[in-house]
Amino acid sequence: MDSFWDWFRWLHDATGINLTIFYDKFDRGRFASGFLTTVRISAICIVLSVAIGILGAWLQGSRLRITRNVVHWYIQFFRNTPPLVQLYFFYFGIGSLLRSADGAGSAVPLVSNVTWAIISLSFFAGAFNVEIFRSGVEAVPKTTIEAAESLGFSRLRTYLFIVLPLAFRISLPALNNNLVNLVKTTTLAYAIAVPEMLYVSSQIWSDELNVPVMMNVLLICYFVLVGSLVYVMHRWERAIRVPGFGA
Amino acid sequence: MRRSQWLDPLPRGTDLPVLLPAAAGLARSAASERITGFPMLRLRAAHGVALLVLFAVGCGIAEAQGQLSQPSILTTIWKWTPLLLRGFLFNLAISFLAMALGTVAGLFLGFAQISLFQPVKKTAWLTTHFFRNAPWLVLLFYCMFLLPFQITVFGVTIPLPDWIKATFGLSLPVMANVSEILRGAVQSIPTTQWESAASLAFTRRQTMWMIILPQCIKRMLPPWMNLYAILTMATVLVSIVGVSEMMTLTRQALSAENRPGLLLAFYSYVLFWFFIYCYPISRWTVRMEAKYAVNL
Repeated sequence: MDSFWDWFRWLHDATGINLTIFYDKFDRGRFASGFLTTVRISAICIVLSVAIGILGAWLQGSRLRITRNVVHWYIQFFRNTPPLVQLYFFYFGIGSLLRSADGAGSAVPLVSNVTWAIISLSFFAGAFNVEIFRSGVEAVPKTTIEAAESLGFSRLRTYLFIVLPLAFRISLPALNNNLVNLVKTTTLAYAIAVPEMLYVSSQIWSDELNVPVMMNVLLICYFVLVGSLVYVMHRWERAIRVPGFGA
Repeated sequence: MRRSQWLDPLPRGTDLPVLLPAAAGLARSAASERITGFPMLRLRAAHGVALLVLFAVGCGIAEAQGQLSQPSILTTIWKWTPLLLRGFLFNLAISFLAMALGTVAGLFLGFAQISLFQPVKKTAWLTTHFFRNAPWLVLLFYCMFLLPFQITVFGVTIPLPDWIKATFGLSLPVMANVSEILRGAVQSIPTTQWESAASLAFTRRQTMWMIILPQCIKRMLPPWMNLYAILTMATVLVSIVGVSEMMTLTRQALSAENRPGLLLAFYSYVLFWFFIYCYPISRWTVRMEAKYAVNL
């Protein structure tokens, strides 16, 4: 393994391509942790935003008008403002209110910047997901739900076992678009110093002064990350496509 | 992909007629979003009203937290408005320039994508998707750090200030999206149009310029304008790389005032300016979309 890493040292000496993220142990650790942070934030945000989407779509079907209004305004707020502004709003606006004093008397934030990034991005993508899932749920005919009712399904069980699986299959193409956008938006967490891939790369290039090399590494990493997500999701989309529906 | 997918995702002969029209609507918006890259921005007057309410609440908070001796919050904001608006105009200048550069480059790339010469087509496809899949912020950093601060062409030194580099950075994703919008529009024109043109002895070039493209322009305009509105909102990203546009100036104004509670008032004020600019564009886009939604 060491000889493999040393090959990059040789590459640097021979060609000037300075890939410190391979031969330097410290940089390797930093970059790997940045990459994993990006993957982790993306994964958590995807799960949370899908959960928000399902919950929101369910609440929009509620009989209470106030619930529907709350969900409506939530969607309007997060759909129509830039995600960077939302991130600042959560981190600087709400985050500065949630502080407690530590032993030495200085203020410590109760919620870390990573958590704020996850919360903000999940709400951002969740707002789009609510609308996507709502359209998916609306596409399921009432007769199907009545059929479930006649088989003795409760309202929750109808939603979980009949409506949601159908709605999910209908919504998947639109959902994929949104999730791909979400993964790209995770770079914004840089603005509040979350140590994700872009942030650690900027640390590395300020230390090692290998800006062009790191830039290309970064661009390729994102291309591979987003590209593989797109590929996997499209494969899945084709696999569970409702037969005869769509092209 | 089927040619008419953009317009008619639910073929009439479907063997699953049980799904309601919402399914077709969702499939259509997903298909068009996949081409334009962004969901359609639909701003309404109610959003402006909500922003004003937010602004009023922010002012209330600032007044409540400030001391009596301090000038009122509205005077403070009024004092900073000329500076903030200068920053806003800078945002608009960046958005114009990035859109112009991105559109010109994107049209070339889009034409390359529908070329019949495979290597050109494949290269253009890869370029388009490379820049579509890369996050905007990464492309912005790329241009900020890798472009030199001045270039010398034939002995003439042209300086490249920060904001020009940022504009290049923003025009790259615009280019990729415009390219895909063009390809999608050309693909959405039914094959019969090509066939009838061929039967009238039009060459490929003539078919393209005289038959296909005039129809494409109408289809491309709504997503193109939507892209512009989204680009305008994305210009605040350049504040991260240190260009002093509206967001940067707002932060500086806030630290100069050094007064608690100003945050919400100032940021909702900034949002309101962006709303005033993007609202007519968004309305116009929706109108145009409805007007040009003709089935071929």
